[in-house]
Amino acid sequence: MAEAVLRTERLSKHFGGLAAVNDVSLEFYTDQIHAVIGPNGAGKTTLTSLLSGDLPPTYGHIYLDGEDVAALSADRISQRGVGRSYQKTNIFLPFSVFENCRIAAQSRRKSSMRFVRPALAYREVVREAERALAEVGLEHRAHETAASLSHGEQRQLEIAMTLATRPRILLLDEPLAGMGGEESARMVELLRKLKQAHAMLLVEHDMDAVFALADRLTVMVDGRVLESGPPELIRASSAVQEAYLGTEESGQ
Amino acid sequence: MRRLRPGTIVLLACLLVLALLPAFAEKYYVQLFTKIMIMAIFAMSLDLLVGFTGLVSLGHAAFFGLAGYVLAFAAPQYEAANLWLSLPLAMACSGLLALLIGALVLRTSGIYFIMVTLAFAQMVFFLFHDTEFGGGADGIYVYAKPVAAIAGWEPFTLENHVHFYFVVLVLLVLVYAALRMLLASLFGRVIVGIRVNEQRMKSLGYRTFRYKLVCFVLAGVLAGMAGYFAAAQFGFVSPETLGWHQSGSVLMMVILGGMGTLTGAVLGAFAMILLELGLQDLPRIGGLDLAKHWQLFMGGFIVLAVLLLPHGLLGLGQLASKLRRKPVEARDG
Repeated sequence: MAEAVLRTERLSKHFGGLAAVNDVSLEFYTDQIHAVIGPNGAGKTTLTSLLSGDLPPTYGHIYLDGEDVAALSADRISQRGVGRSYQKTNIFLPFSVFENCRIAAQSRRKSSMRFVRPALAYREVVREAERALAEVGLEHRAHETAASLSHGEQRQLEIAMTLATRPRILLLDEPLAGMGGEESARMVELLRKLKQAHAMLLVEHDMDAVFALADRLTVMVDGRVLESGPPELIRASSAVQEAYLGTEESGQ
Repeated sequence: MRRLRPGTIVLLACLLVLALLPAFAEKYYVQLFTKIMIMAIFAMSLDLLVGFTGLVSLGHAAFFGLAGYVLAFAAPQYEAANLWLSLPLAMACSGLLALLIGALVLRTSGIYFIMVTLAFAQMVFFLFHDTEFGGGADGIYVYAKPVAAIAGWEPFTLENHVHFYFVVLVLLVLVYAALRMLLASLFGRVIVGIRVNEQRMKSLGYRTFRYKLVCFVLAGVLAGMAGYFAAAQFGFVSPETLGWHQSGSVLMMVILGGMGTLTGAVLGAFAMILLELGLQDLPRIGGLDLAKHWQLFMGGFIVLAVLLLPHGLLGLGQLASKLRRKPVEARDG
């Protein structure tokens, strides 16, 4: 098998006495979706934040293309091809839907220290933004304000912005949360398509989507990895049944 | 030609009135409006930070005042400085100070940013207040206005108040146009993005500190331009020009006029200075001298404006057009 593009080694994040992420070692490969599931508070979002550079780890390593990037800030991680979408929608509410994607696409230019030419005159940036919007199916809403979108549409926009930065590795934190059936099905299709050229971390509560998409599954409980492996193995694992899947089924 | 928006027509009409003003107004009013336009440039420079980048600075007068001192130092005793040398020098000094202060204060944010900008500006204030080289608390005179001679040819003379007026008017228009261009550029989109959601800008890969620092320096340079002409017009610089009172008053102009729009900042400068003069002219009613208590009315007016007009005086116009038409697409888009 090819070398992992993204790999963590004994990654840990402590908040005071709480080990939100504890000793997590995982691997991510291009053209694979690695889903991370677990009950609320298991540390999935914290793990995502560590990988995206939004939070510095307490200890442990993150290897991106073999290089330790654990100490790098979010903007540098992003420039190395890691794109993150947030669980709590994190967009530019007063901007138009198009401008949200345009500013995301603009980030791939070497520098934005350009003071004269209008931003809209950079055709390649505009095209990239339009492409990302079309990919999630939001092009018909391009000129509305992001704040006026429905919750599900804002989630789609969140993904479109991430895609506009042309990442190689996608960290998607509950991309399907709050989406309707149709939007959800469309997003699952998109993720399946994206898998071919991307390594992907998928944090998701929708088990149907997870089992439909994931090539590899990791179950986290209380910051630790409970079980990690191919979906069939996880489904069969009694420890997982007990700790997570069982309660999930009765609960939802 | 594209149909002009009502806002643009009002703007052009105001510009026309300003251009014609010296033809019918007395010297006093020409000088008054020169002063207002200088403050309008100062207010726009602060709006770049407060209204567009989301950096509320309470120390912006440091860059304004420093440029005035540079002019005073650049003028040999009782002789005039050369405009073409001393103006760029003054603006460069303000920019350099902004680079120095910005590199430190931009590591903080929110209320800490406000406090630290205030603290640095106070340091600069006391540097001039407590030492002899700038005349200390008494300040220094700029005896002659800068000369605009290029190899013996003088296109205009600042000693003439009408010339001075038009120089400042041209600069006001140029600064406005340059900032409009800047805000539509890649850089402009980045700083507005930082105001709206800096954390997301970082996660999109922007090194926001750099953009904030460049913006801080640009704002400092423009404040320096305003401060230079303020000192040239007034003929005197004192530590008060770089004190927190001055920083607060220009911040008030920006808020009163409408943060985040250039016209708002200009409007705020006009409104505040004219209002101040109007209130100082209030009549005496019986035993009560209203003019003596003008600051009371000023305060009341600002409180009312902030409460009733969250988008500043400019919000009045938008309110009026909203009542007439259907909502337009968001400005920020």
